[in-house]
Amino acid sequence: MIEVNEKIAIEHGLKKDEYKKICDLLKRTPNITELGVFSAMWNEHCSYKSSRKHLKKLHTKGKQVIQGPGENAGVVDIDDNDAIVFKIESHNHPSFIEPYQGAATGVGGIMRDVFTMGARPIANLNSIHFGSPDHEKTRNLLRGVVKGIGGYGNCIGVPTIAGQTCFDESYNGNILVNAMTLGLVNKNKIFYSKAAGVNKPVIYVGSKTGRDGIHGASMASAIFDDKIEEKKPTVQVGDPFTEKLLLEACLELMAGKSIISIQDMGAAGLTSSSIEMASKGDLGIEIDLTKVPCREENMTPYEIMLSESQERMLIVLEEGKENEAKKIFDKWNLDFAVIGKTTDSKNIELFFKKKKVAEIPIDFLAENAPMYDRKWIKSELPKESSFSKDQFKSLKLGECLKKILNDPNISDKEWIWNQYDHTVMGDTIQKPGGDAGVVRVHGTDKAVAAAVDSSATYCNAHPLTGGKQVVCESWRNMISVGAKPIAITNCLNFGNPEKEKNMGEFVECVEGISEASKYLNYPVVSGNVSFYNETKDKGIKPTPSIGGIGLLADYKKMITMELKNNGNYLFVIGKTDGHLDQSVFAINILSKFEGPPPEVNLFNEKQNGLVILNLIDNNLIETCHDVSLGGILTALSKMSIKGNKGVNIFPINGLVNKFQYFFGEDQGRYIIEIKQENLENVEKILKKASIHFDKLGLVEGNKISYGNDLKISIDDIKQGYKKWLMEYMVS
Amino acid sequence: MKSSVIIFPGSNCDRDMDVALKKFGFENQMVWHNDEEIPKSDLIVLPGGFSYGDYLRCGSIAGKSRIIKSVINFANSGGLVLGICNGFQILTETGLLPGILQQNKYLNFICKNVFVKIKNKENKFFKDIKKEVLELHIAHNEGNYFCSNDELKSIEDNGQIAVTYCDNKGNDNEENNPNGALKNIAGVFNKNKNILGMMPHPERMIDQYLSGEDGSLFFENLIGSL
Repeated sequence: MIEVNEKIAIEHGLKKDEYKKICDLLKRTPNITELGVFSAMWNEHCSYKSSRKHLKKLHTKGKQVIQGPGENAGVVDIDDNDAIVFKIESHNHPSFIEPYQGAATGVGGIMRDVFTMGARPIANLNSIHFGSPDHEKTRNLLRGVVKGIGGYGNCIGVPTIAGQTCFDESYNGNILVNAMTLGLVNKNKIFYSKAAGVNKPVIYVGSKTGRDGIHGASMASAIFDDKIEEKKPTVQVGDPFTEKLLLEACLELMAGKSIISIQDMGAAGLTSSSIEMASKGDLGIEIDLTKVPCREENMTPYEIMLSESQERMLIVLEEGKENEAKKIFDKWNLDFAVIGKTTDSKNIELFFKKKKVAEIPIDFLAENAPMYDRKWIKSELPKESSFSKDQFKSLKLGECLKKILNDPNISDKEWIWNQYDHTVMGDTIQKPGGDAGVVRVHGTDKAVAAAVDSSATYCNAHPLTGGKQVVCESWRNMISVGAKPIAITNCLNFGNPEKEKNMGEFVECVEGISEASKYLNYPVVSGNVSFYNETKDKGIKPTPSIGGIGLLADYKKMITMELKNNGNYLFVIGKTDGHLDQSVFAINILSKFEGPPPEVNLFNEKQNGLVILNLIDNNLIETCHDVSLGGILTALSKMSIKGNKGVNIFPINGLVNKFQYFFGEDQGRYIIEIKQENLENVEKILKKASIHFDKLGLVEGNKISYGNDLKISIDDIKQGYKKWLMEYMVS
Repeated sequence: MKSSVIIFPGSNCDRDMDVALKKFGFENQMVWHNDEEIPKSDLIVLPGGFSYGDYLRCGSIAGKSRIIKSVINFANSGGLVLGICNGFQILTETGLLPGILQQNKYLNFICKNVFVKIKNKENKFFKDIKKEVLELHIAHNEGNYFCSNDELKSIEDNGQIAVTYCDNKGNDNEENNPNGALKNIAGVFNKNKNILGMMPHPERMIDQYLSGEDGSLFFENLIGSL
């Protein structure tokens, strides 16, 4: 057996003082298996040691919340005893090392988190960020990640209904792959990970344990260097077919009453799942590792405990129910083994070939895990730029628009989502490409909307504002399809927390998220943190991804974004001041990177959103789309392209320069389409609620036109918008 | 009318098919792959999905499963059998239908609406459908139909080509071929036209809030013709 010392502990990713703390707690030197268990539980990915202090500040409460952060996933009430279980999770580090398997197992892992709670997954989403399109790795990483996401989700038969894809050079060495799943459960039949009762059998089900993924969680808690290729074996390999069987078998077992608690084996595998169950139940746990089904010969206790082989679950059963449960897993051809029991020792005790190979008090691993109050610095709000008329002099609206629609971050992503099965399960009523994906709650009149958003450019310019903005953007996406926003899940992707600047970005983004979600009653119910997205001293832009969900009480009232009929009026809801700093226009057209992100006014945000929901509920509007990246003209173009209808834009208020008006990214805005007959009614409602609105134009013809300044056919703008990604991928 | 949907491990359109069949009046039952007998049925459906993971050639293991003998016997005695997507792949693996399904031409999974042209209405599957062109939905990675020249001549001569990919006006040329399928073939019959395999999913197009409603025409005709 390997002799444990400080050097070996450091190789396991532990710090000197952390190793000393382990020896002090145990009052002895740990053996190699015990050291492995500590390193798996104390790494950043599992222990949240840098983030815990700040995550407590998130707004997590609300009448709709059944389960907030701390479980496998969050749960919210959607009436009639139905509940939605949902969560987003990162799989960044593995996806950069091995894009197909990294992304695939990311999808598999998040789905397990959801069905572990008794919910049938009904929708998948993802947010993926890549380096600059010019970077040599980007194309292959994108191809691999998309194939991996599709390969897993398509096979399981859960529709991928929405997503987000961004490109920025800050992700050149660290791509982001965030996967989100929604599941449907009866709110009286939710399963939790907290074990209860002594001497209850501990059951292992699913795939066999192999040597893949050992130290995966530790790898995900470290920065990358030149030796990254050597880390390939730490990436797990996915088997969606087995996961499909596991899903069906678990749901079948859950229909009965034999499960006390259940936990999937995700990061840090058997180690974290067994410890988490015991810790939450304030119990001990005893495991005979000889009984764990293994795929390879001569696996050591250390390897068995640290393997991150996929598609495995740990279950604490009621006594005497073993045979009943085994029958179900036999039917689905899955391994089933009683590997231990719960105890009152409050220790984890591991046996191998009749010898005790580890014994650690559970407290040491969970509650006594290190927690750091890392130093951080506050970001100042950058000074606003002043734009002079001269800067716009040589520019033409049409050319700017075409360039923006051809921007990698704006252009159409159909090449990606056509590779995802988005219609299986027969309830997808809004496909990818809209403001949010929408699926019906099977067999009811209800539907659930979901979207994922991030805005790293804004967060980078001013983390506090950026954090607020991304929550608002998510809220607007729910509103735009006619869904009442319910709750969010967040995936917090940041650089190195040991650097004060990165830590500050994290702290302030969290603060922003918290403030906005509280104001909008849009609480955070689940999520994860991914730090150390850094390669050779270069970190990513702060990138919190927000996955939002909303509820439509009547799916027939759902709204889409494509223009509907000639002769209808278009209004812009919300005030346009023409904020250009940090906009796509400033970056892409003016090559200007300074200045603050657009200001977020939570009062207006809420008022504007609620009034739109009211209009939709009263069947007064035909179309709605929120105005985000690229401003009014970009939003309008997308609506035109999708609906294949033109727009005649009315003269704008002379106080704002037309470039600022059309491309400014002021927040809290929507474009709505109104039938002539409803015009008066809509205006009355807007005025009564003191909502600022502009009459933008009329739906007509096949061109977007603005006096003599702009006349551009839909076909013309469609070219660049539709083709960028397709051409990029085949070139 | 009674129908049976076979569930293989890895099937994932079994529920969708069950919902569709019931919506249009079938009394449907689900049958487990490991059973030997199929309850009395007027129609047997092999649904879409990834039977046994499809890690080997798609549908090949399902083509050797325990239940499949009963499916073959039922089909050979003239019973109506429908295979959608993976079900189509399984039917070619059993030899009940001619040809094979290869990986899509551009090597990507494709999920989108397509138009298909009905090539032969002298059968129970398409008999009374008034339209010539249907808008359906595909979602597959291996839908690229292929067969030998002799087989192609034989299925053409026997009117065994059921549907071909086309545009909304029925032009079934290469431009409207999503996956590289030979002659744009999206579905074929056996000689007696009591077995149909096709890649598009009519069960995903059964109400106006979904991607379209032409699947309803397919099921309405099916129950009407039995």
